[in-house]
Amino acid sequence: MNLSTIPTVALVGNPNCGKTALFNALTGSRQKVANYAGVTVEKKEGLAELPDGRRLRIVDLPGTYSLRARSPDEVVTRDAVLGRLPGEPAPDVILCVADATNLGLVLRLALELKTTGRPVVFVLNMIDIAERQGIEIDVDALSRALGAPVTATVATRRRGLDSLLEIAAAQAAGASAPGPDLWHEPLATDVRNAHRAARDLMRTAVRPPSRPDTLTGRLDGVLLHPVAGVLILLGLLFLMFQAVFAWAAPLQDLIEAGFAALGTAATAGLPPGWMHGLVVDGLIAGVGSVLVFLPQILVLFVFILLLEDSGYMARAAFLMDRIMGGAGLHGRAFIPLLSSFACAVPGIMSTRVIDNRRDRLTTILTAPLMTCSARIPVYTLIIGALIPDRMVGGVLSLQGLVMFGLYAAGILSALAVAFVIRKVLWRGGSEPFMMQLPDYKVPDPVNLLRNLGQKAWAFISRAGRIILPLMVLVWALSIWPSAPEGAEGPAIAYSAAGRIGHWLEPIFAPIGFSWEMVVALIPGMAAREVAVAALGAIYAVGGAQGDLAGILSRQWPLASGLAFLAWYVFAPQCVATLAVVRRETGGWVWPGIMFAYMLALAYLAALIVYRVAIAFGLS
Amino acid sequence: MSSDALRGDPESAVRLGDVQPGFRGIIVAVRRPLGAAPGATDPEELELRLLEFGFVEGAQVEVLHEGPIGGDPIAVRVDDMRVALRRSEAMNVILAEASA
Repeated sequence: MNLSTIPTVALVGNPNCGKTALFNALTGSRQKVANYAGVTVEKKEGLAELPDGRRLRIVDLPGTYSLRARSPDEVVTRDAVLGRLPGEPAPDVILCVADATNLGLVLRLALELKTTGRPVVFVLNMIDIAERQGIEIDVDALSRALGAPVTATVATRRRGLDSLLEIAAAQAAGASAPGPDLWHEPLATDVRNAHRAARDLMRTAVRPPSRPDTLTGRLDGVLLHPVAGVLILLGLLFLMFQAVFAWAAPLQDLIEAGFAALGTAATAGLPPGWMHGLVVDGLIAGVGSVLVFLPQILVLFVFILLLEDSGYMARAAFLMDRIMGGAGLHGRAFIPLLSSFACAVPGIMSTRVIDNRRDRLTTILTAPLMTCSARIPVYTLIIGALIPDRMVGGVLSLQGLVMFGLYAAGILSALAVAFVIRKVLWRGGSEPFMMQLPDYKVPDPVNLLRNLGQKAWAFISRAGRIILPLMVLVWALSIWPSAPEGAEGPAIAYSAAGRIGHWLEPIFAPIGFSWEMVVALIPGMAAREVAVAALGAIYAVGGAQGDLAGILSRQWPLASGLAFLAWYVFAPQCVATLAVVRRETGGWVWPGIMFAYMLALAYLAALIVYRVAIAFGLS
Repeated sequence: MSSDALRGDPESAVRLGDVQPGFRGIIVAVRRPLGAAPGATDPEELELRLLEFGFVEGAQVEVLHEGPIGGDPIAVRVDDMRVALRRSEAMNVILAEASA
């Protein structure tokens, strides 16, 4: 099938107009998600079929208020509409998708789209809500005044889709011939004139609601309330954390048990030797260490999608803007930073909602300081081994306090780093905080599941492509070369990883790290929690008895353990994060800066903690 | 568009950045910030951004809510849509108070 003979239809509209729901309704499961060449903007396209068998190629473009593009997303929309994307012809038809209850701004966008000369179809989506509010739209008058066909749909109930496709196909077949492209970067005067024209259109064709939506206003009265609103936000965050860490745990245990069983089965089926090591310790353990985070990430995404689809997310950004702004972060950085508590990889991927490049980079650079769940196994192991299990003041557990302190240290250092970036790297130049507060609506479960599936797959494929080969590499480094006959001590000491550890030991001696600790940091590059498995391997092979926590409590001085914890607050050595930053920033400069500053902070923090602990006689 | 809207009619003209929730008015001017502080958003960019979000002469505005700290940012109804913006940006939107 030759795609180039199928007419291309581009969906353009304001954010929150139900454009993606319409895309899903039109294309069903015949869609694919990829990236536009050279940028990390998602390219969603699919096929729609008319009852008579004709087909249309539908492209969903990022939401925008204007073709005057500011963010990477909006640049893609502009270039796609104008046919400037390499290898991507200008669309045969532009569907300008409107939220029928909110026409003012999108009519201006429709007028701007018309200047490109491409045939435009104006789609009144969510017409059911407009009808319920008593908004009367004279479709014929609107169509005449706009000079474009107008049709109404309810994407979530599949209403009006056939006639929409019929009109789009007719337009693509040449019902109105493309005109010359007269688009130019609009000036303030152009925007004012377009607004005036849009207002005239409204006056001609739209009667304002007789039963306006009061639900959004009433909900905002509570959810944006300076006291109640903040308390509700904190409650939601608490629930989200609870869910990510408690509800996901049984599924994670199941996945771990599954991979352990798989490893046992493979052990039974494979002859001992390097092949067995590669499959069991490299591949199976590697895939398992990635997939074990999937439940947490799914729970997190469910929350984020629910909050986004319901319209609450914009309110959270509203409530948080001033707090974040004090540290030089944008209100919209709230969500990426929140996601980073599960894993910095999806957190950094979600910084795309921030228009301004500087604000986006600040958020990307600070996201890995949020305590991701990969650090938790390391924290629990070392706290359990070295911090005495006793109460402080009769109520607070000392171990819990240390855990809390590590989380707080991460958040505070993220705020401090953001502040410094703002003051040193780029002074001033703050991005305006301007954001639509969409009407609240009940999220559509089908769309939610579809988005969840796409996001989960993006995480698995991306993390898998990066982590899996690394796991194999790290495994190879820690078994090769093998120990000579009759050698003393653990085999890993003779491997490449062990040699690197010994070689680096003098550098880490001032912060109290033994060579075993340094070696554990190397496999920790693949994923931070792998350091736990590596310590297990080092000490198990080293012939020590008892469980790992017991061994550590006997062999590690307390000061060294505390320094190791301080190091892990920053823990620069996560290759998956660095690789995602490279993808998102388009080069090695920013991952380089991130690695360097986190390494410096990790070393400094461990040094201070070690020296202070020694001074207090905790060695 | 006149940047001296405030001087022209000091009795009824106010800046959107100065008013409290509950205020209703009509936009009489959207200004390009003058003598912007070094490093602030490019004045022309801010004006365009305000216009694209519907802050345009003649639009009806009602201040709905304000943020928990220092009353910033503010949530505003502009014609048929709700927009959040910071007070510093809202200073460039000049309103005439609607007669009650």
